[in-house]
Parts: sequence; structure tokens; C-alpha cells
Amino acid sequence: MAVETSRRDFIGMAFSGFAAAGGVIALGAMKKTWDPLPSVQSAGFITVDLSPMKEGEVQTIQWRGKPIFILRKSADMPKNEKRDIVAGNKHYAVMIGLCTHLGCIPTWMPATKQFKCACHGGEFDASGVNTFGPPPRPMDIPPFKINGEKLVLGEEGPEYKKLVTKKA
Amino acid sequence: MAEIRKATGFIDWLDQRLAVNKFIKVMMTEYWIPKNINFLWAMGVVLMVLFMILIVSGIFLLMYYKPDIKLAFDSVNYTIMQEVEYGWLWRHIHGVSASVIFLVIYIHMFTGIYYGSYKKGREIIWLTGMALFGMFSAEAFSGYMLPWGQMSYWAAQVITNLFGGIPFIGEALVVWIRGDFLVADATLTRFFMLHVLLLPLVILLLIAVHFYSLRVPHVNNQESEEFDFDVESKKYLEGKKVESKVVPFWPVFLSKDFFVVGVALTLFFYLVCFHFDFAMDPINFEPANNMKTPPHIYPEWYFLWSYEVLRGFFFDIGGIAAMDIGLAAFGFANVIFMLLPFLDRNTEHTAPAHKRPLFFVWFWLLLIDMIVLTVYGKLPPTGNNAWVGFGATITFLVLFILLPIITKMEANCKCNNGGCK
Repeated sequence: MAVETSRRDFIGMAFSGFAAAGGVIALGAMKKTWDPLPSVQSAGFITVDLSPMKEGEVQTIQWRGKPIFILRKSADMPKNEKRDIVAGNKHYAVMIGLCTHLGCIPTWMPATKQFKCACHGGEFDASGVNTFGPPPRPMDIPPFKINGEKLVLGEEGPEYKKLVTKKA
Repeated sequence: MAEIRKATGFIDWLDQRLAVNKFIKVMMTEYWIPKNINFLWAMGVVLMVLFMILIVSGIFLLMYYKPDIKLAFDSVNYTIMQEVEYGWLWRHIHGVSASVIFLVIYIHMFTGIYYGSYKKGREIIWLTGMALFGMFSAEAFSGYMLPWGQMSYWAAQVITNLFGGIPFIGEALVVWIRGDFLVADATLTRFFMLHVLLLPLVILLLIAVHFYSLRVPHVNNQESEEFDFDVESKKYLEGKKVESKVVPFWPVFLSKDFFVVGVALTLFFYLVCFHFDFAMDPINFEPANNMKTPPHIYPEWYFLWSYEVLRGFFFDIGGIAAMDIGLAAFGFANVIFMLLPFLDRNTEHTAPAHKRPLFFVWFWLLLIDMIVLTVYGKLPPTGNNAWVGFGATITFLVLFILLPIITKMEANCKCNNGGCK
């Protein structure tokens, strides 16, 4: 009797073991099915020529579907050593143009020289640092490389790595 | 197998194979409903009717809708609205009933809270009901996204971004949910699947459990009078219908339900025909643009209260970022109703709120506070608005922290047999 019981237990345990393993593998497959497709992940690199930009001008370009703000700082804008990108002695602020609160796109207000997010009233200064409202941190800086006066987005150049270490 | 006789008619033929007579008895003619309940108890049937309307109108929309970011906007705003005969009607029915169903869900919920129908044996009904509320919220949000207008897009952007607040895995989770670095085609197609298949299936299953769980502890009543359903139903079956405290669901109680459903549908079709625009945001008639955020974004009215809780904290407290406090408060607001049966420490009684002085005040404060949150959720969060929103958010949190205390006080009060009058 005891033998039979333990045999049945074994069948039960073997079955649940197989079912559990199959379940885990199936969950893994489901997780991977929802991952971004390879064509999405390889979304490429973008080169921007900074030389035609005027002082105080802001341009928005699209990188990986996200807006990137590039601002050439004018003399009256405070410089920010931890965030500014220097290319050919000119200071630029480059950031992913998404509010760090919930991801809306802030608007550049030339009059007050700040980025203002209408969704929840967040404000950022010309360097992209949060100055008011719910945004918890400055706007993110995308990985970049400087090539003369050209900016390559998506590649981690030495200048980017320096900024990242300065922040940390 | 039981012996199968020659059937005396079609019903008898079915009865021998499907036990339809027994089924009708259990579900309808001998499912007992207390007599002393008012029209607020008809909201369940109203919801069922509205849900059926949603499914039917949804099926007709589904035949012309195209889940592709290049085609979605036009398939809704041109094909369905202009070309398909009565396409506009199905869309307005679908949009308006999605909105109205939330109004009725809130009435249904607050009826349950007011009459104490969430506790003492009815916890499962409450839990499945709140699970249904959660699923309907997901269903509404995934559907709101499909027309791929500006508001759809930015609602999806904000809602999916909420998951970014989860520690450590947040960023990766957002990309995983969207299937892209931004809200894109992959996001649309998977939310389309959720909206038309998976979530409706879960909702149907939950409705079945919700109904089933109601059969066992039975429906509460206006006076929270306790009586033996077996004894009362026996009286009814013996013909002592006046003396009995119960009536059968079919045909007696449903006749009252039909009247309420009739009134509700009159109002509903009035909205569909003359005020359909209240469920349509003008910003959503502009195609989605991932490079331009509308100046002021807000959810549909039924999410405004929890949206206001989310953004109620607009300054950092004690070194914790305002956004994280907001997210935590938002999470709190979305699970706390679920825990209501366990927060109410006066578990022995299902007395209505007007027989529980402290709870009565609590109930109306909660309702007023949620209306304030809803109103301010729609207004821009600047200046005084931000402070009113902050105050209402704090009030909301405090009310739920106070609930176990006041109900415990009430339970300890021995006057009036613990009912505390």
C-alpha cells in the first residue's frame, strides 16, 4: 500500500515538475514575443550638422522616435559644465525632449528662456535642468559623439562618457 | 445514464438533455430577491444591458476598424463615420456607453458602500466587482487608444510611462509594454488585441463569478434585515406572497428592473443622439503626432479623480520626489477600494450608512472629495488649482486611514446592539 502511494506521489510530482517547467518556458516565450522587434531595436544613428545654428536657436529633431532638443546657447544663458556640449567653442544643450515626469514634450519659451511642460506645469531651464513642478530630474542626455561640428546621436563618444561620469 | 423517455414537447426534450427546467429555477424563477430594495439595486442589470450594447456595437466597429498606425485614424474618422451606413451610430453608441457604463459602475459601487453590501459574507462579491472595475478601466483605456488621435496617443504615452515609476525595472518595462522605444505600431496592435479579445474574455469570466458569488450570501436590502431565505421562499412558494419577504428574480423582480433599464436607456439614447460629443474629445480628431504634445492633456471624466491623486503632490516632501509620492498615492487610490471589506472593522453589521453616524459622515465626505478631485482633475494644475488638488488628495488618503479607526469605535459601541444609532 505504502509503495503504491509513493508511486502515485511520484507520478504526481513528475507531472507537476513537467507542467511547471513547461509553464516557465511558455512564460519566457510570451515575454520575448512582446519585446521590441529587431527592426525596432536597430533604430539607427543620426548625424546633425550644428554649424548653421544661430545663437539662442532651438531645433527639434527626431531620434528613435523621440524628440531631441538642440539649443545653441547665447552669451546671456548660464553655462552648465555638467551638461553642456562644446563643439567648436560653442556651447550647446542637447537633451531628449521628454518631460521626466510623464513623458510629454515641453515647449521652448524664448521670452523666459525655459522649457515649459503644459501637462503638469513642469519647468526646465535652458540647460534642461528641472526648476519647478513634478519633474524629478533634468531632461536626459542622449548618447552622442562629437565629430568636428557634427553631432552623432546613438553612439557613445568620449565626451558623452565624460558627462555621464561627471553626473555620477 | 438516466433513462431518456419520448419527449412530450420541445422543452421536455431539452430538459431531458440539458436540465433546462432546473437551470431556469436556479437562475430565474427560484432565485430569491428581498422585497425591500430600491431602484439602486437595479444598477447591476443596467450594467449588464450596457455591456451587451458595448459588445454588439463593438462587433460592428470591428468590421471596419484597421489596427495600423497609418490606417487607424482614417478607418474611424472617414470609413466608419462617413462611408459605412449607420457607422456613426455604432461609434456614438460605443463611445457613449463606454462613458455611461462608468457612471453606472460608480453608482453601483457607492450603493454597495452606503448599504454595507461589501462585508459580512459578501466580500467575494465586492472583490470580483472591484476586479471588474479594474478590467473595465483597462478596457476603456485600450479602446480610447485605438482611434489614434492626438489624445489617444498622449494618453497611451502617459499611461504606459506610469510603469516607469516601478523601481529598477521601470524603464525596461515601459519599452516591453510598448514594444518600441515610443508608443508606436506594436503598441497599437497589442492594445487592439487586449481591447477586442483578452480583456472582454476576462470581463465575461469575472461577470460570471460576480453573479455566482451573489447567489450564495444573497442580495442585501435597504434595512440590512437578516432573514432566512429558505423559510421566506417556502412561504412564497406556498402562496403566502404578501407575508413572504422575498420575490423571485423572474418574473417579479425583473419587471422592476426592466422599468429602471427603460429609464436608463431613454437617457442613454438621448445622449447618443443629441449629446454624443461629451464622450468625444475634440483633440482626438487630430491625427496622432509623436513630436507634438497637446497643450493640456487629461483623461476621460471617469479617470479624473485618480488622475488628480496622481498629480496632487507637486512638490518634494522629505527628499522624496513629488512624482514618486504621486505614483505611490495613485497606486494606493487604485487598490484601497479593493480592501474596503477589511478596512471596515465593524464587520458584524451590514447596516446602511444612515444608521451609522460616523460612517455616514465618512461616506459623504468621500463622495464629495471624489467629486472635487474629478472637477480639479480636468482643470490645469496651476496656482490655486494645484493647492485644491493637493488638499483633496490628502483628504482622500486620510479618509481611508481613518476608516478602520471610526468603524472600530462603532463596533466597540454597545448601544443599539452594536449598530450604533
